[in-house]
Amino acid sequence: MSTTEVAPPPGSVLDVSQDNASLRRFLHGLPGVDQVGAEARAAMLATRSIKSSAKAWAIDTAIRMVDLTTLEGSDTPGKVRSLCAKGRRPDAADPSTPSVAAICVYGDRVDVAVEALHGSSVQVAAVATAFPSGRVALQTKLLDVVDAVEAGAGEIDMVIDRAAFLAGDYLSVYEEIVATKLVCGDAHLKVILETGELVTLDSVRRASWLALLAGGDFIKTSTGKISPAATPPVALVMLQAVRDFAALTGDVRGVKLAGGIRTTKEAVRYLVMVNEVAGDRWLSPATFRFGASSLLNDLLQQRHKLSTGAYDGADYVSVD
Amino acid sequence: MPDMKVFEYAPAPESRDIARLKPTYGVFVDGQFRPGRGEPVKSINPATEEALAEIQEADASDVNDAVSAARRAYDSGWSKLAGTQRAKYLYRIARVIQERSRELAVLETLDNGKPIRESRDVDVPTAAAHFFDYAGWADKLAYAGFGPNPHPVGVAAQVIPWNFPLLMAAWKIAPALAAGNTVVLKPAETTPLTAMTLAEIIAECELPPGVVNILPGGPSVGQSLVDHPGVDKIAFTGSTAVGKQIQKSVAASGKRLSLELGGKAANIVFDDAPLDQAVEGIVNGIFFNQGHVCCAGSRLLVQESIADVFISALKDRLQTLRLGDPMDKNTDIGAINSAAQLGRIRVLADAGEAEGGQRWSPDCPLPERGFWFPPTIFTDVGPASRIAREEIFGPVLSVLTFRTPQEAVDKANNTPYGLSAGIWTDKGSRILWMANKLRAGVVWANTFNRFDPTSPFGGYTESGFGREGGRHGLEAYLDV
Repeated sequence: MSTTEVAPPPGSVLDVSQDNASLRRFLHGLPGVDQVGAEARAAMLATRSIKSSAKAWAIDTAIRMVDLTTLEGSDTPGKVRSLCAKGRRPDAADPSTPSVAAICVYGDRVDVAVEALHGSSVQVAAVATAFPSGRVALQTKLLDVVDAVEAGAGEIDMVIDRAAFLAGDYLSVYEEIVATKLVCGDAHLKVILETGELVTLDSVRRASWLALLAGGDFIKTSTGKISPAATPPVALVMLQAVRDFAALTGDVRGVKLAGGIRTTKEAVRYLVMVNEVAGDRWLSPATFRFGASSLLNDLLQQRHKLSTGAYDGADYVSVD
Repeated sequence: MPDMKVFEYAPAPESRDIARLKPTYGVFVDGQFRPGRGEPVKSINPATEEALAEIQEADASDVNDAVSAARRAYDSGWSKLAGTQRAKYLYRIARVIQERSRELAVLETLDNGKPIRESRDVDVPTAAAHFFDYAGWADKLAYAGFGPNPHPVGVAAQVIPWNFPLLMAAWKIAPALAAGNTVVLKPAETTPLTAMTLAEIIAECELPPGVVNILPGGPSVGQSLVDHPGVDKIAFTGSTAVGKQIQKSVAASGKRLSLELGGKAANIVFDDAPLDQAVEGIVNGIFFNQGHVCCAGSRLLVQESIADVFISALKDRLQTLRLGDPMDKNTDIGAINSAAQLGRIRVLADAGEAEGGQRWSPDCPLPERGFWFPPTIFTDVGPASRIAREEIFGPVLSVLTFRTPQEAVDKANNTPYGLSAGIWTDKGSRILWMANKLRAGVVWANTFNRFDPTSPFGGYTESGFGREGGRHGLEAYLDV
């Protein structure tokens, strides 16, 4: 597939992608981000005190937003099936516990997950495009996506070409996203920026807009394979990007934070940030996700503690 | 009423028991706590109008006792004590402030009306930081740049305002003691409680009697203190009107004077500014502490080319501010400190409307009891209107526009005040150019309302003279 076949992004009112210079002018025309100020704002939001009914709501909402993830070379079909069972019914003892949003696996495990999740609301998300580095030819990346979609993945998590981004070749990054979106068909596309490799918040803002302009349904922080992964200032800047994109185009896109979010406290702080920075219309699994593995168990333990008043420890939730 | 929110934060109130309120508070003179001889008054909670405690205020005879005690303490040893020994006391005070920080924060919020988030995260930690910083200076005065053997001044009379009651007490007491002076401090009439708890801390730290004396009282007590012939130095923070009065009354008396008065600071936003952070900076500049801040960024000067976008973003942000119970940990905007101050804010806001300004506030219901004023923005403000020129000392922002950097400087400097200013731009060279031209004692770049004990703070012209904080802050308390 050649990039000349790429269609303009559906729904975009911004015609800035005809060449690299236009894209560059647009991205570099975005307001800068002051690192100190962004950190201060994120730190202030982290002081919000979320208690009782608000905490209960936040925990259930966070569970519904989890993309329960396993991305290891050792992911056997058995491991994936076990994770799917957990995602459908996180707490067998309490049927009021909601299911997670999706199970996130490598492409060659999509078939196992699709079968295991049949009849449930839980989506199958596949990482693709030579995740996590993305350092293969475009054709190979697109084949990776096609395989996952044909196997039944409803969501594709792609990685951007960070090398091209850092080299200033924004058009190439843009065209790869557009091409990926095209082969996704009806599958939702999450665009991983790998912010730990972009480093500056100015780059995070530009990469966010680039992915939104190219038609990504979600912008996602990280692969989880690079440290730092999701951080509060990065989340802040990405939430501002979807907020501003929606204000400009009317098109509401999502944000997925992935990597390093392990505790209920962190998850609730991010929900506060979504609420106060992007706005409450983003407080839904359709527009906000946590990519995580161990977070779910902590949410379950906190949920149990809120309902019973007692903290019963790690042995009372299942090992995945 | 606004629509029901998806994510409604449950109340998260701090417990008022932590404040350890006493039914009555008196004066602290010569190391003793006793009732003052003035008329007792009630200190009230401005968020609820309930009486918190009875204050047995000082009168002129208490002032006399306090100044005599301070003189005895000065002569009998404090001024001659080794710097390392004075430092020991100051470090002790700093540590006890930290140990009792939660109590002080809750008490401050009850008495002042400011949100607990601010008293907990700003007022109390910064007060402790000032004592720590000046404790470090006490044995290094010879290296502060004021000569090889600088001497203290004597008895310092210190009169402080109600907007940061504990923090202002710390700003005043810490450098005075570090330099070897003794102190008579008068807290503001509406907010004496944390100063009296600080007196308890000072007693607990076993400072020699008379080194610090604290006299709650109204303007007449302040006047007696300022006029007292036994006072060598006067430090006042408060309104420009009272500052002028003090300066007249000390003329030709030989008393030293430093004044930290009002302000009408410009917060200047250029079109290349980091806009999201600039919005935060404007909000922090004028709505921090309900705008009861002498260095508040009460005039927004925004470059005309981005004015519409910026004001729209600012309004969106104001919709998310949480106004209400100051004791709730999630409250951003607390109560106005007194009925009198609320009255002044209302008069000026009404004048702003009458003079053609466009008034806007977010949809936020105000509590029924207590003194409240919503965060307010005025656009289309004429440069000559009262709200563009007079200090409002409340949560009211006046928006003006400019076209060029020089016009921004001219407009920012077009005020009798000169306390602070803010510059928002991504261009470093412009920050330096602006900072050289702005007539303001403090210029913040891409931030606002940041206070650090090592950094000098003070004003130009009608904002006063003298500096507080850092090495510069020692000068006011040394015979140089």
